[in-house]
Amino acid sequence: MRILVVEDDKDVAAFVIKGLREAGHAVEAADNGRDGLFLAASENFDAIILDRMLPGGIDGLRLLETLRAQDNTTPVVFLSALTQVDDRVRGLKAGGDDYLTKPFAFAELLARVEALARRGKGDGPATRLAVGDLEMDLLSRSVRRGAQKIELQPREFRLLEYLMRHAGQVVTRTMLLEGVWDYHFDPQTNVIDVHISRLRQKIDKPFEQQLLHTVRNAGYMLRAEEA
Amino acid sequence: MDSTPPLTPELRPQPETARAEAHIRPRGLKLIRSAGIRFALAYGVVFALAAFVLAVSVWRSTSTLLERQVQSSITDDISLLIEHDQFGGAASVVAALQQRLASPQDADRIYLFMDTTGTRLAGNLDQWPAGLSQMQTWYWLPVRRDGEPSTALLRATTLPSGGTLLVGRDVRALTGLRDMLRDAMIGTASLILVLGVLSVLLIRAQFRGVIRDISGTTRAIAQGDLSRRVPRTGKGDEFDELAGLINDMLDRISRLMDGVRQVSNAIAHDLRTPITRARARLEDVAAHADVPEPVQTAIDRATQDLDGIVRVFEALLRIAEIEAGARRAAFVTVDLSPMLRDMDELYHAVAEERGLQLHAAISSPLPVFGDRELVQQAVANLLDNALKFSAPEAVIRLSALLRDGVVEITVADHGPGIAPADRARATERFFRAEAARNTSGSGLGLALVAAVAQLHNGTLHLLDNNPGLCAVISIPAQLPPG
Repeated sequence: MRILVVEDDKDVAAFVIKGLREAGHAVEAADNGRDGLFLAASENFDAIILDRMLPGGIDGLRLLETLRAQDNTTPVVFLSALTQVDDRVRGLKAGGDDYLTKPFAFAELLARVEALARRGKGDGPATRLAVGDLEMDLLSRSVRRGAQKIELQPREFRLLEYLMRHAGQVVTRTMLLEGVWDYHFDPQTNVIDVHISRLRQKIDKPFEQQLLHTVRNAGYMLRAEEA
Repeated sequence: MDSTPPLTPELRPQPETARAEAHIRPRGLKLIRSAGIRFALAYGVVFALAAFVLAVSVWRSTSTLLERQVQSSITDDISLLIEHDQFGGAASVVAALQQRLASPQDADRIYLFMDTTGTRLAGNLDQWPAGLSQMQTWYWLPVRRDGEPSTALLRATTLPSGGTLLVGRDVRALTGLRDMLRDAMIGTASLILVLGVLSVLLIRAQFRGVIRDISGTTRAIAQGDLSRRVPRTGKGDEFDELAGLINDMLDRISRLMDGVRQVSNAIAHDLRTPITRARARLEDVAAHADVPEPVQTAIDRATQDLDGIVRVFEALLRIAEIEAGARRAAFVTVDLSPMLRDMDELYHAVAEERGLQLHAAISSPLPVFGDRELVQQAVANLLDNALKFSAPEAVIRLSALLRDGVVEITVADHGPGIAPADRARATERFFRAEAARNTSGSGLGLALVAAVAQLHNGTLHLLDNNPGLCAVISIPAQLPPG
């Protein structure tokens, strides 16, 4: 994927760029708003990582508003030290697709950027999801693995659906909290781990091949072993 | 923050009748409680009293003056007639009386002259008026003059020659004048009363206008809209001066708050930037260098510590943001019960995993005017605490119900609880009760819960669960109109 990083802090930019390249992405970078806008408007990217406070007269919000005014729909993740609820709302209103506050874990940033970039290439509303021999029918709301039917609670179904829609990608705990529970802050208790382990009991425990993997220091990933 | 153990009386269920009374009474007292009405009434009463005193004294002095005039005319007359008696005897008196009675401009004069035997010698009265017995005394008496009934002011005297003389004045005209004066005074008093009532209403309206401006503004400020100011009339009167003072105060408060916000933003930026760099470097090293296991563990620990620091100042900033009230701008009417059911579902599994039981009783609907996400965070903090402090196999209770126009969300556990002496301080930032010293946590959880409750015009009560803690968030319900 081609990703544009607009960030004025050299250390943070270098860290992000290095990490993204190691994850196999092509990265362009700008350290001010003017260059960032020029790159974003003139080239095609799969996603943009955008700082809010930028030198050069054009801050992150202005940059994004200008971009959106030109019907550019490239997914944008804000990466900002402005963390108040107002700031977040303003960022999303300006056309941002996600808002991550500094300091951040690189795994979180990578997971969100990849999820967004892939979402843009969705192949329409699916009625069936499949990962390996695990199948989910969204119309009859039934799940089966191989020949065996799996009974899930409504919330477990939504959790699995979220994981299957992001199959092959790392999904972080906060992404699950936001996407499945509509919960926008970190609880002190490891609520997600408990729900994941319950889901794992149902979809993985009785089977030979494990589909739901824990990614150390990052989150979870649903994938068939040889995918 | 309030944390008295028993629920406040208004939150307790009350018998129907008592509540109905409580509902009616304030309405009756409302008029008297209005400062405008009190002020205007006092003004009106003083005004009416002054007018009444003025009218009565004018009436009294006028009528006394008129009576004195009549009396002096009578006494003058009597002394003249005594002179007649001294120099010309009874005959001279009779002649003088006849002359006076004949004169047309003295039509209201009344005379009766009798000799010592009681024989009428002259005068225009048919007989001696009944009730007149003493000499040299003033009498107001009804008389018959030439057959016509009338009222007269009379005085009788014994003449030196031995005859008895009665002199008087017909005072029909005087009483008429007095009545007219009285009626005029009553008329004026009524007019004054009407004007007084009008001015009472006028003063009240003006009072209310000024108060409404001030209270409307202060209410908006209390709800977080710091841009509002009391409108100035520009008249330079006391109210205008008060409005100016309040506006100056508000300007100062908002300058202070701006200062706080700037500090918060400075913290946000100047502290976040270095922590972001440090975290990035640590993560970078952990991911790229071939580091031995102990170093890897140390790096993980350091990263977690940095995250801990960020969590603490994030919680502080969040509490400050909530206390500033700015989030009221985003309030909507929301039913809390679906959110609370989700919370139950989310935490139920966690409780089970730890060998605890979470019992939930959530009624529906629970409408409030507020911020769903903030209440969610508050309840999450309470549940996090309850899970943290509960011994295995204990029961945690999450209940929510609508009672007397108040939505009550209760989280109760059987953990160590909070000592009564500590409860008042439990919602202070960084306060950690003795029992919590050795557990993880920042000491900001309850402070945030209290701030959220307060933002919603509600309260957080910490009660004894015998044993354990029972935390009750009470938020006024938003009932549908009608």
